[in-house]
Amino acid sequence: MVVAGASPFARRFGTVFHRLALALYVLAALFPLYWLIKIAVTPTDLLFGEGIRLWPSRATLDNFGEVLGATDFPWYFANSVIVSFGTAIGVTLAASLSGYALSRFTFRAKAPVLFFLLLTQIFPLVMLIAPIYRLMTPLGLVDSLTGLILVYTAYNAPFATFLMQSFFEGIPKELEEAAMIDGCTRFQSLRRVILPLTLPGMGATLGFVFTAAWSELLFALMLISSETKMTFPVGLLTFVSKFSVDWGQMTAAAVLALIPACLFFALIQRYLVQGLTAGAVKG
Amino acid sequence: MAGIALNAPEGGPARRRTFRSLAEPWTYLSPTLVLIALFMLVPLVVGIGFAFQNVQILNPFKRGFVGLAHFEAIWQDRIFWRALGNTLWWTFASLFLQFFLGLGLALLLWREFKGKKLVQAIVFLPWAVPSFLSGLTFAWLFNPVVGPLPHWLHALGLLAAPDNILGDPALAMWGPITANVWWGIPFFAITILAALQSIPNEMYEAAAIDGAGTWARFRHVTIAYLIPTVAITILLRTIWIANFGDLIVVMTGGGPAGQTQILPSYIFTIAFRKLDFGYASALSMVLLGLLFLYAILILEMRKRLRSAF
Repeated sequence: MVVAGASPFARRFGTVFHRLALALYVLAALFPLYWLIKIAVTPTDLLFGEGIRLWPSRATLDNFGEVLGATDFPWYFANSVIVSFGTAIGVTLAASLSGYALSRFTFRAKAPVLFFLLLTQIFPLVMLIAPIYRLMTPLGLVDSLTGLILVYTAYNAPFATFLMQSFFEGIPKELEEAAMIDGCTRFQSLRRVILPLTLPGMGATLGFVFTAAWSELLFALMLISSETKMTFPVGLLTFVSKFSVDWGQMTAAAVLALIPACLFFALIQRYLVQGLTAGAVKG
Repeated sequence: MAGIALNAPEGGPARRRTFRSLAEPWTYLSPTLVLIALFMLVPLVVGIGFAFQNVQILNPFKRGFVGLAHFEAIWQDRIFWRALGNTLWWTFASLFLQFFLGLGLALLLWREFKGKKLVQAIVFLPWAVPSFLSGLTFAWLFNPVVGPLPHWLHALGLLAAPDNILGDPALAMWGPITANVWWGIPFFAITILAALQSIPNEMYEAAAIDGAGTWARFRHVTIAYLIPTVAITILLRTIWIANFGDLIVVMTGGGPAGQTQILPSYIFTIAFRKLDFGYASALSMVLLGLLFLYAILILEMRKRLRSAF
Protein backbone atom coordinates (compact mmCIF):
# COMPACT_ATOMS: atom_id res chain seq x y z
CA MET A 1 0.00 0.00 0.00
CA VAL A 2 1.05 3.55 -0.65
CA VAL A 3 2.01 5.38 2.52
CA ALA A 4 3.77 8.27 0.80
CA GLY A 5 3.94 11.37 2.98
CA ALA A 6 3.36 9.49 6.22
CA SER A 7 5.47 10.68 9.13
CA PRO A 8 8.22 8.31 10.35
CA PHE A 9 6.18 7.76 13.50
CA ALA A 10 3.08 6.78 11.54
CA ARG A 11 5.15 4.52 9.35
CA ARG A 12 6.82 2.84 12.34
CA PHE A 13 3.42 2.36 13.93
CA GLY A 14 2.17 0.92 10.64
CA THR A 15 5.03 -1.56 10.54
CA VAL A 16 4.53 -2.63 14.16
CA PHE A 17 0.82 -3.08 13.58
CA HIS A 18 1.52 -5.00 10.36
CA ARG A 19 3.93 -7.40 12.13
CA LEU A 20 1.63 -7.89 15.09
CA ALA A 21 -1.42 -8.61 12.97
CA LEU A 22 0.51 -11.08 10.79
CA ALA A 23 1.89 -12.79 13.89
CA LEU A 24 -1.66 -13.29 15.15
CA TYR A 25 -2.70 -14.87 11.85
CA VAL A 26 0.34 -17.17 11.88
CA LEU A 27 -0.41 -18.21 15.45
CA ALA A 28 -4.08 -18.87 14.70
CA ALA A 29 -3.20 -20.89 11.60
CA LEU A 30 -0.67 -23.08 13.39
CA PHE A 31 -2.09 -23.55 16.87
CA PRO A 32 -4.78 -26.18 16.08
CA LEU A 33 -2.25 -28.19 14.07
CA TYR A 34 0.31 -27.89 16.82
CA TRP A 35 -2.19 -29.17 19.36
CA LEU A 36 -3.07 -32.13 17.17
CA ILE A 37 0.61 -33.09 16.93
CA LYS A 38 1.03 -32.49 20.65
CA ILE A 39 -1.71 -34.98 21.55
CA ALA A 40 -0.28 -37.49 19.08
CA VAL A 41 3.21 -37.45 20.63
CA THR A 42 2.08 -37.38 24.27
CA PRO A 43 2.30 -40.79 26.00
CA THR A 44 -1.17 -41.88 27.14
CA ASP A 45 -0.38 -41.81 30.86
CA LEU A 46 0.73 -38.17 30.62
CA LEU A 47 -2.25 -37.09 28.50
CA PHE A 48 -4.57 -37.56 31.44
CA GLY A 49 -2.01 -37.23 34.23
CA GLU A 50 -0.64 -33.78 33.45
CA GLY A 51 -3.77 -31.81 32.68
CA ILE A 52 -3.70 -29.23 29.92
CA ARG A 53 -0.08 -28.34 29.18
CA LEU A 54 1.40 -26.58 26.17
CA TRP A 55 4.28 -29.03 26.04
CA PRO A 56 4.31 -32.62 27.39
CA SER A 57 7.20 -33.52 29.68
CA ARG A 58 7.89 -36.64 27.62
CA ALA A 59 7.25 -37.33 23.92
CA THR A 60 6.89 -40.57 21.99
CA LEU A 61 6.38 -41.76 18.42
CA ASP A 62 4.73 -45.02 19.54
CA ASN A 63 1.28 -43.94 18.37
CA PHE A 64 2.54 -43.45 14.84
CA GLY A 65 4.23 -46.85 14.84
CA GLU A 66 1.07 -48.59 16.02
CA VAL A 67 -1.14 -46.81 13.49
CA LEU A 68 1.17 -47.69 10.63
CA GLY A 69 2.01 -51.20 11.77
CA ALA A 70 -1.13 -52.60 13.37
CA THR A 71 -4.07 -51.04 11.51
CA ASP A 72 -5.53 -50.80 7.99
CA PHE A 73 -4.16 -47.32 7.87
CA PRO A 74 -1.59 -47.93 5.07
CA TRP A 75 -4.48 -49.10 2.86
CA TYR A 76 -6.43 -45.92 3.38
CA PHE A 77 -3.33 -43.95 2.59
CA ALA A 78 -2.62 -45.80 -0.67
CA ASN A 79 -6.27 -45.59 -1.78
CA SER A 80 -6.41 -41.87 -1.11
CA VAL A 81 -3.19 -41.30 -3.04
CA ILE A 82 -4.59 -43.21 -6.05
CA VAL A 83 -7.98 -41.49 -5.96
CA SER A 84 -6.59 -37.99 -5.38
CA PHE A 85 -3.93 -38.24 -8.09
CA GLY A 86 -6.36 -39.85 -10.54
CA THR A 87 -8.91 -37.12 -9.92
CA ALA A 88 -6.38 -34.30 -10.04
CA ILE A 89 -4.94 -35.47 -13.35
CA GLY A 90 -8.35 -36.12 -14.92
CA VAL A 91 -9.76 -32.78 -13.83
CA THR A 92 -6.70 -30.82 -14.91
CA LEU A 93 -6.80 -32.34 -18.41
CA ALA A 94 -10.55 -31.84 -18.84
CA ALA A 95 -10.54 -28.35 -17.33
CA SER A 96 -7.56 -27.25 -19.43
CA LEU A 97 -9.51 -28.09 -22.59
CA SER A 98 -12.79 -26.55 -21.43
CA GLY A 99 -11.11 -23.51 -19.86
CA TYR A 100 -9.25 -22.97 -23.12
CA ALA A 101 -12.48 -23.21 -25.13
CA LEU A 102 -14.18 -20.65 -22.90
CA SER A 103 -11.29 -18.22 -23.03
CA ARG A 104 -10.56 -18.41 -26.79
CA PHE A 105 -13.72 -19.18 -28.74
CA THR A 106 -16.67 -16.94 -29.29
CA PHE A 107 -19.78 -18.99 -29.79
CA ARG A 108 -23.43 -18.43 -29.21
CA ALA A 109 -23.86 -20.91 -26.35
CA LYS A 110 -20.89 -19.56 -24.36
CA ALA A 111 -22.91 -17.55 -21.83
CA PRO A 112 -25.36 -20.45 -21.22
CA VAL A 113 -22.44 -22.87 -20.78
CA LEU A 114 -20.85 -20.58 -18.19
CA PHE A 115 -24.15 -20.16 -16.41
CA PHE A 116 -24.68 -23.92 -16.44
CA LEU A 117 -21.23 -24.52 -14.94
CA LEU A 118 -22.00 -21.98 -12.22
CA LEU A 119 -25.36 -23.65 -11.64
CA THR A 120 -23.74 -27.03 -10.95
CA GLN A 121 -22.19 -25.45 -7.85
CA ILE A 122 -25.67 -25.17 -6.32
CA PHE A 123 -26.59 -28.86 -6.54
CA PRO A 124 -26.84 -30.31 -3.02
CA LEU A 125 -24.51 -33.28 -3.22
CA VAL A 126 -26.47 -35.32 -0.67
CA MET A 127 -29.33 -35.39 -3.15
CA LEU A 128 -27.18 -36.94 -5.86
CA ILE A 129 -25.57 -39.74 -3.87
CA ALA A 130 -28.54 -42.11 -3.90
CA PRO A 131 -29.21 -41.74 -7.66
CA ILE A 132 -25.50 -42.13 -8.38
CA TYR A 133 -25.41 -45.28 -6.30
CA ARG A 134 -28.33 -46.60 -8.33
CA LEU A 135 -26.83 -45.68 -11.70
CA MET A 136 -23.39 -47.03 -10.85
CA THR A 137 -24.50 -50.39 -9.53
CA PRO A 138 -25.14 -52.05 -12.94
CA LEU A 139 -21.84 -50.58 -14.24
CA GLY A 140 -19.89 -52.25 -11.46
CA LEU A 141 -18.61 -48.86 -10.31
CA VAL A 142 -19.91 -49.10 -6.75
CA ASP A 143 -17.24 -49.94 -4.19
CA SER A 144 -14.50 -49.22 -6.72
CA LEU A 145 -11.79 -46.58 -6.76
CA THR A 146 -12.46 -45.96 -10.47
CA GLY A 147 -16.06 -45.03 -9.70
CA LEU A 148 -14.91 -42.63 -7.01
CA ILE A 149 -12.38 -41.02 -9.39
CA LEU A 150 -15.07 -40.52 -12.06
CA VAL A 151 -17.50 -38.89 -9.63
CA TYR A 152 -14.82 -36.63 -8.13
CA THR A 153 -13.64 -35.63 -11.59
CA ALA A 154 -17.14 -34.57 -12.62
CA TYR A 155 -17.65 -32.63 -9.38
CA ASN A 156 -14.40 -30.72 -9.52
CA ALA A 157 -14.44 -30.01 -13.25
CA PRO A 158 -16.69 -26.89 -13.21
CA PHE A 159 -14.70 -24.94 -10.66
CA ALA A 160 -11.40 -26.05 -12.22
CA THR A 161 -12.72 -24.84 -15.58
CA PHE A 162 -13.25 -21.34 -14.14
CA LEU A 163 -9.77 -21.48 -12.69
CA MET A 164 -8.16 -22.59 -15.97
CA GLN A 165 -10.18 -20.09 -17.98
CA SER A 166 -8.82 -17.35 -15.78
CA PHE A 167 -5.26 -18.62 -16.30
CA PHE A 168 -5.70 -18.73 -20.09
CA GLU A 169 -7.06 -15.17 -20.10
CA GLY A 170 -3.64 -14.10 -18.86
CA ILE A 171 -1.86 -15.41 -21.96
CA PRO A 172 -1.89 -13.12 -25.02
CA LYS A 173 -3.88 -14.48 -27.96
CA GLU A 174 -1.21 -13.20 -30.37
CA LEU A 175 1.08 -16.07 -29.33
CA GLU A 176 -1.09 -18.83 -30.71
CA GLU A 177 -2.16 -16.73 -33.68
CA ALA A 178 1.51 -16.47 -34.60
CA ALA A 179 1.92 -20.23 -34.19
CA MET A 180 -1.11 -20.89 -36.35
CA ILE A 181 0.17 -18.57 -39.08
CA ASP A 182 3.39 -20.60 -38.96
CA GLY A 183 1.33 -23.65 -39.87
CA CYS A 184 0.33 -25.20 -36.55
CA THR A 185 -3.22 -26.43 -36.14
CA ARG A 186 -5.08 -24.96 -33.18
CA PHE A 187 -4.52 -28.06 -31.08
CA GLN A 188 -0.79 -28.09 -31.92
CA SER A 189 -0.47 -24.45 -30.94
CA LEU A 190 -2.34 -25.18 -27.71
CA ARG A 191 -0.08 -28.10 -26.91
CA ARG A 192 3.26 -26.59 -27.94
CA VAL A 193 2.86 -22.89 -27.22
CA ILE A 194 0.05 -22.25 -24.78
CA LEU A 195 0.13 -25.22 -22.39
CA PRO A 196 3.80 -24.78 -21.46
CA LEU A 197 2.99 -21.19 -20.49
CA THR A 198 0.02 -22.35 -18.41
CA LEU A 199 2.05 -24.92 -16.45
CA PRO A 200 1.88 -22.87 -13.21
CA GLY A 201 -1.87 -22.60 -13.69
CA MET A 202 -2.17 -26.30 -14.32
CA GLY A 203 -0.03 -26.96 -11.28
CA ALA A 204 -2.30 -24.79 -9.15
CA THR A 205 -5.39 -26.57 -10.45
CA LEU A 206 -3.79 -29.95 -9.90
CA GLY A 207 -2.96 -29.12 -6.30
CA PHE A 208 -6.32 -27.55 -5.65
CA VAL A 209 -8.18 -30.62 -6.90
CA PHE A 210 -5.80 -33.01 -5.15
CA THR A 211 -6.57 -31.41 -1.78
CA ALA A 212 -10.30 -31.41 -2.53
CA ALA A 213 -10.28 -35.11 -3.44
CA TRP A 214 -8.09 -35.91 -0.43
CA SER A 215 -10.75 -34.43 1.89
CA GLU A 216 -13.97 -35.67 0.32
CA LEU A 217 -16.02 -37.60 2.83
CA LEU A 218 -19.70 -38.08 1.88
CA PHE A 219 -19.35 -39.81 -1.49
CA ALA A 220 -16.56 -42.03 -0.28
CA LEU A 221 -18.62 -42.91 2.77
CA MET A 222 -21.60 -43.96 0.63
CA LEU A 223 -19.91 -45.54 -2.39
CA ILE A 224 -17.15 -47.52 -0.69
CA SER A 225 -17.91 -50.46 1.56
CA SER A 226 -14.81 -52.72 1.59
CA GLU A 227 -12.33 -51.92 4.30
CA THR A 228 -9.43 -52.26 1.86
CA LYS A 229 -10.88 -49.72 -0.56
CA MET A 230 -11.63 -46.97 1.94
CA THR A 231 -10.07 -43.59 1.43
CA PHE A 232 -8.53 -41.65 4.24
CA PRO A 233 -11.53 -39.66 5.48
CA VAL A 234 -13.75 -42.75 5.63
CA GLY A 235 -11.02 -44.85 7.19
CA LEU A 236 -10.27 -42.21 9.75
CA LEU A 237 -13.93 -41.80 10.68
CA THR A 238 -14.42 -45.54 11.21
CA PHE A 239 -11.13 -45.43 13.08
CA VAL A 240 -12.38 -42.63 15.30
CA SER A 241 -15.52 -44.54 16.24
CA LYS A 242 -13.64 -47.82 16.71
CA PHE A 243 -10.87 -46.40 18.86
CA SER A 244 -12.77 -43.52 20.39
CA VAL A 245 -10.89 -43.82 23.65
CA ASP A 246 -7.44 -43.95 22.12
CA TRP A 247 -6.61 -40.27 21.66
CA GLY A 248 -3.01 -40.98 20.75
CA GLN A 249 -3.73 -43.31 17.83
CA MET A 250 -6.60 -41.18 16.58
CA THR A 251 -4.56 -37.99 16.47
CA ALA A 252 -1.52 -39.81 15.08
CA ALA A 253 -3.68 -41.03 12.20
CA ALA A 254 -5.01 -37.52 11.71
CA VAL A 255 -1.49 -36.07 11.60
CA LEU A 256 -0.48 -38.64 8.97
CA ALA A 257 -3.57 -37.72 6.93
CA LEU A 258 -2.46 -34.10 6.98
CA ILE A 259 1.03 -34.56 5.64
CA PRO A 260 0.41 -35.18 1.89
CA ALA A 261 -2.22 -32.47 1.54
CA CYS A 262 -0.05 -29.91 3.34
CA LEU A 263 3.08 -30.80 1.38
CA PHE A 264 1.23 -30.57 -1.90
CA PHE A 265 -0.37 -27.32 -0.94
CA ALA A 266 2.90 -25.75 0.20
CA LEU A 267 4.32 -26.51 -3.25
CA ILE A 268 1.50 -24.91 -5.23
CA GLN A 269 0.00 -22.11 -3.11
CA ARG A 270 2.39 -19.54 -4.63
CA TYR A 271 1.15 -20.33 -8.15
CA LEU A 272 -2.44 -20.07 -7.06
CA VAL A 273 -2.08 -16.38 -6.21
CA GLN A 274 0.30 -15.72 -9.11
CA GLY A 275 -1.94 -17.48 -11.60
CA LEU A 276 -5.07 -15.74 -10.44
CA THR A 277 -3.25 -12.41 -10.61
CA ALA A 278 -1.92 -13.03 -14.11
CA GLY A 279 -5.32 -14.24 -15.16
CA ALA A 280 -6.70 -10.72 -15.30
CA VAL A 281 -9.15 -10.99 -12.45
CA LYS A 282 -11.74 -8.94 -14.19
CA GLY A 283 -14.97 -10.78 -13.61
CA MET B 1 -14.36 -16.79 -8.94
CA ALA B 2 -11.86 -14.83 -10.93
CA GLY B 3 -12.37 -14.27 -14.59
CA ILE B 4 -15.84 -15.60 -15.03
CA ALA B 5 -17.34 -13.60 -17.84
CA LEU B 6 -21.02 -14.27 -17.41
CA ASN B 7 -21.92 -12.11 -20.33
CA ALA B 8 -19.92 -13.40 -23.25
CA PRO B 9 -19.18 -10.72 -25.82
CA GLU B 10 -21.04 -10.88 -29.09
CA GLY B 11 -19.03 -12.64 -31.74
CA GLY B 12 -17.15 -9.97 -33.68
CA PRO B 13 -17.62 -9.45 -37.37
CA ALA B 14 -19.81 -11.93 -39.20
CA ARG B 15 -17.87 -15.03 -40.08
CA ARG B 16 -18.54 -17.91 -42.36
CA ARG B 17 -20.07 -20.55 -40.12
CA THR B 18 -18.63 -23.83 -41.23
CA PHE B 19 -19.48 -27.00 -39.38
CA ARG B 20 -15.87 -27.21 -38.29
CA SER B 21 -15.80 -23.81 -36.68
CA LEU B 22 -19.11 -24.50 -34.95
CA ALA B 23 -17.98 -27.87 -33.62
CA GLU B 24 -14.53 -26.76 -32.47
CA PRO B 25 -15.40 -25.22 -29.08
CA TRP B 26 -17.65 -28.18 -28.29
CA THR B 27 -14.83 -30.61 -28.99
CA TYR B 28 -12.76 -28.92 -26.30
CA LEU B 29 -15.70 -28.67 -23.91
CA SER B 30 -16.94 -32.21 -24.43
CA PRO B 31 -14.93 -34.18 -21.82
CA THR B 32 -16.03 -31.81 -19.06
CA LEU B 33 -19.63 -31.57 -20.23
CA VAL B 34 -20.04 -35.32 -20.74
CA LEU B 35 -18.71 -36.04 -17.24
CA ILE B 36 -21.01 -33.45 -15.71
CA ALA B 37 -24.00 -34.77 -17.65
CA LEU B 38 -23.33 -38.37 -16.57
CA PHE B 39 -22.51 -37.80 -12.93
CA MET B 40 -24.47 -34.67 -12.04
CA LEU B 41 -27.28 -34.01 -14.49
CA VAL B 42 -28.66 -37.54 -14.86
CA PRO B 43 -28.52 -38.15 -11.07
CA LEU B 44 -30.16 -34.76 -10.53
CA VAL B 45 -33.08 -35.70 -12.75
CA VAL B 46 -33.40 -39.09 -11.03
CA GLY B 47 -33.21 -37.27 -7.66
CA ILE B 48 -35.99 -34.87 -8.68
CA GLY B 49 -38.04 -37.95 -9.60
CA PHE B 50 -37.40 -39.36 -6.10
CA ALA B 51 -38.91 -36.21 -4.57
CA PHE B 52 -42.36 -37.21 -5.85
CA GLN B 53 -42.12 -40.87 -4.86
CA ASN B 54 -41.90 -43.01 -1.79
CA VAL B 55 -38.36 -44.36 -1.83
CA GLN B 56 -37.68 -46.02 1.50
CA ILE B 57 -34.97 -48.61 1.47
CA LEU B 58 -36.20 -50.28 4.65
CA ASN B 59 -39.73 -50.46 3.30
CA PRO B 60 -39.51 -51.65 -0.33
CA PHE B 61 -43.23 -52.39 -0.64
CA LYS B 62 -44.25 -48.85 0.10
CA ARG B 63 -43.07 -47.53 -3.25
CA GLY B 64 -44.89 -45.37 -5.70
CA PHE B 65 -45.84 -41.91 -6.83
CA VAL B 66 -46.97 -39.65 -3.99
CA GLY B 67 -47.28 -36.33 -5.79
CA LEU B 68 -46.63 -33.33 -3.57
CA ALA B 69 -47.09 -35.22 -0.31
CA HIS B 70 -43.42 -34.81 0.66
CA PHE B 71 -43.61 -31.07 0.13
CA GLU B 72 -46.74 -30.82 2.27
CA ALA B 73 -44.92 -32.78 4.95
CA ILE B 74 -41.98 -30.37 4.74
CA TRP B 75 -44.33 -27.42 5.24
CA GLN B 76 -45.42 -28.96 8.55
CA ASP B 77 -42.00 -30.31 9.54
CA ARG B 78 -40.82 -28.31 12.54
CA ILE B 79 -37.31 -29.73 12.32
CA PHE B 80 -37.13 -28.44 8.75
CA TRP B 81 -38.00 -24.89 9.78
CA ARG B 82 -35.52 -24.92 12.61
CA ALA B 83 -32.85 -26.38 10.32
CA LEU B 84 -33.59 -23.59 7.83
CA GLY B 85 -33.08 -20.97 10.53
CA ASN B 86 -29.89 -22.70 11.66
CA THR B 87 -28.67 -22.84 8.05
CA LEU B 88 -29.08 -19.07 7.72
CA TRP B 89 -27.22 -18.42 10.96
CA TRP B 90 -24.46 -20.95 10.16
CA THR B 91 -23.98 -19.56 6.64
CA PHE B 92 -24.11 -15.89 7.56
CA ALA B 93 -21.82 -16.11 10.60
CA SER B 94 -19.26 -18.30 8.79
CA LEU B 95 -19.26 -16.14 5.68
CA PHE B 96 -19.07 -12.83 7.56
CA LEU B 97 -16.09 -13.91 9.65
CA GLN B 98 -14.30 -15.68 6.79
CA PHE B 99 -14.71 -12.69 4.52
CA PHE B 100 -13.54 -9.94 6.88
CA LEU B 101 -10.68 -11.95 8.35
CA GLY B 102 -9.71 -13.04 4.81
CA LEU B 103 -9.84 -9.43 3.57
CA GLY B 104 -7.66 -8.35 6.50
CA LEU B 105 -5.13 -11.07 5.72
CA ALA B 106 -5.06 -10.14 2.03
CA LEU B 107 -4.43 -6.47 2.87
CA LEU B 108 -1.60 -7.50 5.22
CA LEU B 109 0.02 -9.66 2.53
CA TRP B 110 -0.41 -6.95 -0.12
CA ARG B 111 3.02 -5.48 0.47
CA GLU B 112 6.54 -6.76 0.34
CA PHE B 113 8.30 -7.68 3.55
CA LYS B 114 11.06 -9.97 4.63
CA GLY B 115 10.01 -13.63 4.82
CA LYS B 116 6.74 -12.99 2.99
CA LYS B 117 6.87 -16.30 1.09
CA LEU B 118 7.14 -18.32 4.29
CA VAL B 119 4.46 -16.33 6.13
CA GLN B 120 2.13 -16.68 3.16
CA ALA B 121 2.63 -20.44 3.02
CA ILE B 122 1.87 -20.73 6.75
CA VAL B 123 -1.24 -18.56 6.86
CA PHE B 124 -2.72 -20.34 3.83
CA LEU B 125 -2.04 -23.74 5.39
CA PRO B 126 -5.43 -24.31 7.07
CA TRP B 127 -7.00 -24.57 3.65
CA ALA B 128 -4.87 -27.63 2.90
CA VAL B 129 -6.27 -29.37 5.97
CA PRO B 130 -9.03 -31.75 4.84
CA SER B 131 -12.26 -30.09 5.94
CA PHE B 132 -13.59 -33.03 7.94
CA LEU B 133 -10.23 -33.17 9.70
CA SER B 134 -10.47 -29.52 10.64
CA GLY B 135 -13.84 -30.46 12.16
CA LEU B 136 -12.30 -33.30 14.16
CA THR B 137 -9.38 -31.13 15.25
CA PHE B 138 -11.67 -28.44 16.62
CA ALA B 139 -13.94 -31.02 18.22
CA TRP B 140 -10.83 -32.20 20.09
CA LEU B 141 -9.74 -28.63 20.91
CA PHE B 142 -13.17 -28.02 22.46
CA ASN B 143 -13.05 -31.28 24.40
CA PRO B 144 -12.12 -30.47 28.01
CA VAL B 145 -10.28 -33.77 28.48
CA VAL B 146 -7.58 -33.18 25.86
CA GLY B 147 -8.26 -29.68 24.52
CA PRO B 148 -7.29 -26.31 26.00
CA LEU B 149 -10.16 -24.14 24.73
CA PRO B 150 -12.76 -24.79 27.47
CA HIS B 151 -10.14 -24.12 30.13
CA TRP B 152 -9.01 -20.89 28.49
CA LEU B 153 -12.54 -19.66 27.88
CA HIS B 154 -13.29 -20.41 31.52
CA ALA B 155 -10.20 -18.55 32.67
CA LEU B 156 -11.27 -15.55 30.58
CA GLY B 157 -14.66 -15.63 32.26
CA LEU B 158 -16.48 -16.47 29.01
CA LEU B 159 -17.61 -19.87 30.26
CA ALA B 160 -19.04 -20.54 33.70
CA ALA B 161 -17.27 -23.91 33.83
CA PRO B 162 -14.67 -25.58 31.55
CA ASP B 163 -17.33 -27.63 29.72
CA ASN B 164 -17.51 -28.60 26.08
CA ILE B 165 -19.49 -25.95 24.20
CA LEU B 166 -20.47 -28.64 21.67
CA GLY B 167 -22.72 -30.12 24.34
CA ASP B 168 -24.36 -26.81 25.20
CA PRO B 169 -27.45 -26.15 23.02
CA ALA B 170 -27.01 -22.40 23.26
CA LEU B 171 -23.35 -22.39 22.19
CA ALA B 172 -22.86 -25.55 20.14
CA MET B 173 -23.12 -23.86 16.73
CA TRP B 174 -20.00 -21.82 17.49
CA GLY B 175 -17.96 -25.03 17.34
CA PRO B 176 -18.56 -25.83 13.64
CA ILE B 177 -18.50 -22.10 12.81
CA THR B 178 -15.06 -21.74 14.40
CA ALA B 179 -13.73 -24.75 12.46
CA ASN B 180 -15.26 -23.44 9.24
CA VAL B 181 -13.84 -19.94 9.69
CA TRP B 182 -10.36 -21.21 10.51
CA TRP B 183 -10.43 -23.43 7.46
CA GLY B 184 -12.01 -20.90 5.06
CA ILE B 185 -10.06 -17.67 5.70
CA PRO B 186 -7.27 -18.57 3.23
CA PHE B 187 -9.71 -19.02 0.36
CA PHE B 188 -10.91 -15.43 0.64
CA ALA B 189 -7.41 -14.17 1.31
CA ILE B 190 -6.03 -15.86 -1.81
CA THR B 191 -8.78 -14.60 -4.10
CA ILE B 192 -8.73 -11.05 -2.74
CA LEU B 193 -4.93 -10.92 -2.76
CA ALA B 194 -4.93 -12.00 -6.41
CA ALA B 195 -7.47 -9.29 -7.22
CA LEU B 196 -5.43 -6.65 -5.34
CA GLN B 197 -2.24 -7.60 -7.16
CA SER B 198 -3.96 -7.34 -10.52
CA ILE B 199 -4.81 -3.64 -10.03
CA PRO B 200 -2.50 -1.75 -12.39
CA ASN B 201 -0.36 0.83 -10.58
CA GLU B 202 -1.21 3.38 -13.25
CA MET B 203 -4.76 3.43 -11.93
CA TYR B 204 -3.50 4.85 -8.62
CA GLU B 205 -1.18 7.28 -10.37
CA ALA B 206 -3.95 8.51 -12.64
CA ALA B 207 -6.28 8.90 -9.70
CA ALA B 208 -3.62 10.82 -7.77
CA ILE B 209 -3.05 13.17 -10.73
CA ASP B 210 -6.80 13.78 -10.82
CA GLY B 211 -6.47 14.94 -7.23
CA ALA B 212 -8.02 11.93 -5.51
CA GLY B 213 -7.14 11.62 -1.81
CA THR B 214 -6.33 8.34 -0.06
CA TRP B 215 -9.95 7.56 0.66
CA ALA B 216 -11.11 8.44 -2.87
CA ARG B 217 -8.36 6.23 -4.32
CA PHE B 218 -9.36 3.37 -2.06
CA ARG B 219 -13.01 3.76 -2.99
CA HIS B 220 -12.74 4.37 -6.72
CA VAL B 221 -9.77 2.18 -7.53
CA THR B 222 -9.32 -0.56 -4.90
CA ILE B 223 -12.97 -1.22 -4.13
CA ALA B 224 -14.05 -0.83 -7.75
CA TYR B 225 -11.51 -3.44 -8.78
CA LEU B 226 -12.34 -5.77 -5.91
CA ILE B 227 -16.10 -5.80 -6.28
CA PRO B 228 -16.49 -8.15 -9.26
CA THR B 229 -14.14 -10.74 -7.76
CA VAL B 230 -15.47 -10.37 -4.25
CA ALA B 231 -19.09 -10.63 -5.39
CA ILE B 232 -18.52 -13.83 -7.32
CA THR B 233 -16.39 -15.28 -4.51
CA ILE B 234 -19.06 -14.48 -1.93
CA LEU B 235 -21.72 -15.99 -4.18
CA LEU B 236 -19.81 -19.25 -4.59
CA ARG B 237 -18.83 -19.42 -0.92
CA THR B 238 -22.34 -18.75 0.38
CA ILE B 239 -23.74 -21.55 -1.72
CA TRP B 240 -20.88 -23.77 -0.75
CA ILE B 241 -21.19 -23.10 2.99
CA ALA B 242 -24.98 -23.49 2.91
CA ASN B 243 -24.51 -26.86 1.17
CA PHE B 244 -21.71 -27.97 3.47
CA GLY B 245 -22.81 -30.43 6.13
CA ASP B 246 -19.53 -32.31 6.72
CA LEU B 247 -18.38 -30.20 9.67
CA ILE B 248 -21.73 -30.51 11.42
CA VAL B 249 -21.98 -34.25 10.75
CA VAL B 250 -18.45 -34.80 12.08
CA MET B 251 -18.57 -32.42 15.06
CA THR B 252 -22.08 -32.55 16.50
CA GLY B 253 -24.24 -34.75 14.27
CA GLY B 254 -26.85 -31.98 14.42
CA GLY B 255 -27.14 -32.06 18.19
CA PRO B 256 -27.45 -31.21 21.00
CA ALA B 257 -31.25 -31.18 20.78
CA GLY B 258 -31.14 -30.32 17.08
CA GLN B 259 -29.50 -26.95 17.77
CA THR B 260 -26.82 -27.40 15.11
CA GLN B 261 -28.95 -29.23 12.57
CA ILE B 262 -28.65 -27.43 9.23
CA LEU B 263 -30.45 -28.46 6.04
CA PRO B 264 -27.61 -30.52 4.51
CA SER B 265 -26.98 -32.43 7.75
CA TYR B 266 -30.74 -32.94 8.15
CA ILE B 267 -30.97 -34.27 4.57
CA PHE B 268 -28.00 -36.51 5.29
CA THR B 269 -29.72 -37.89 8.38
CA ILE B 270 -33.01 -38.52 6.56
CA ALA B 271 -31.26 -40.15 3.59
CA PHE B 272 -28.61 -42.27 5.24
CA ARG B 273 -29.82 -42.88 8.78
CA LYS B 274 -33.55 -43.20 8.05
CA LEU B 275 -32.92 -44.35 4.46
CA ASP B 276 -35.89 -42.29 3.23
CA PHE B 277 -34.61 -41.06 -0.12
CA GLY B 278 -37.95 -39.65 -1.26
CA TYR B 279 -38.26 -37.19 1.61
CA ALA B 280 -34.54 -36.41 1.48
CA SER B 281 -34.84 -35.56 -2.23
CA ALA B 282 -37.81 -33.29 -1.62
CA LEU B 283 -35.84 -31.49 1.11
CA SER B 284 -32.90 -31.20 -1.29
CA MET B 285 -35.14 -29.63 -3.92
CA VAL B 286 -36.25 -26.98 -1.46
CA LEU B 287 -32.62 -26.23 -0.62
CA LEU B 288 -31.75 -26.14 -4.33
CA GLY B 289 -34.61 -23.72 -5.02
CA LEU B 290 -33.55 -21.37 -2.21
CA LEU B 291 -29.93 -21.36 -3.37
CA PHE B 292 -31.02 -20.72 -6.94
CA LEU B 293 -33.06 -17.68 -5.89
CA TYR B 294 -30.10 -16.44 -3.90
CA ALA B 295 -27.73 -16.86 -6.85
CA ILE B 296 -30.02 -14.88 -9.15
CA LEU B 297 -30.33 -12.15 -6.54
CA ILE B 298 -26.55 -11.82 -6.08
CA LEU B 299 -25.82 -11.83 -9.83
CA GLU B 300 -28.36 -9.03 -10.24
CA MET B 301 -26.82 -7.07 -7.35
CA ARG B 302 -23.38 -7.57 -8.81
CA LYS B 303 -24.45 -5.95 -12.07
CA ARG B 304 -25.81 -2.91 -10.20
CA LEU B 305 -22.81 -2.61 -7.88
CA ARG B 306 -20.44 -2.56 -10.81
CA SER B 307 -22.09 0.52 -12.25
CA ALA B 308 -22.26 2.19 -8.83
CA PHE B 309 -18.50 2.46 -8.30
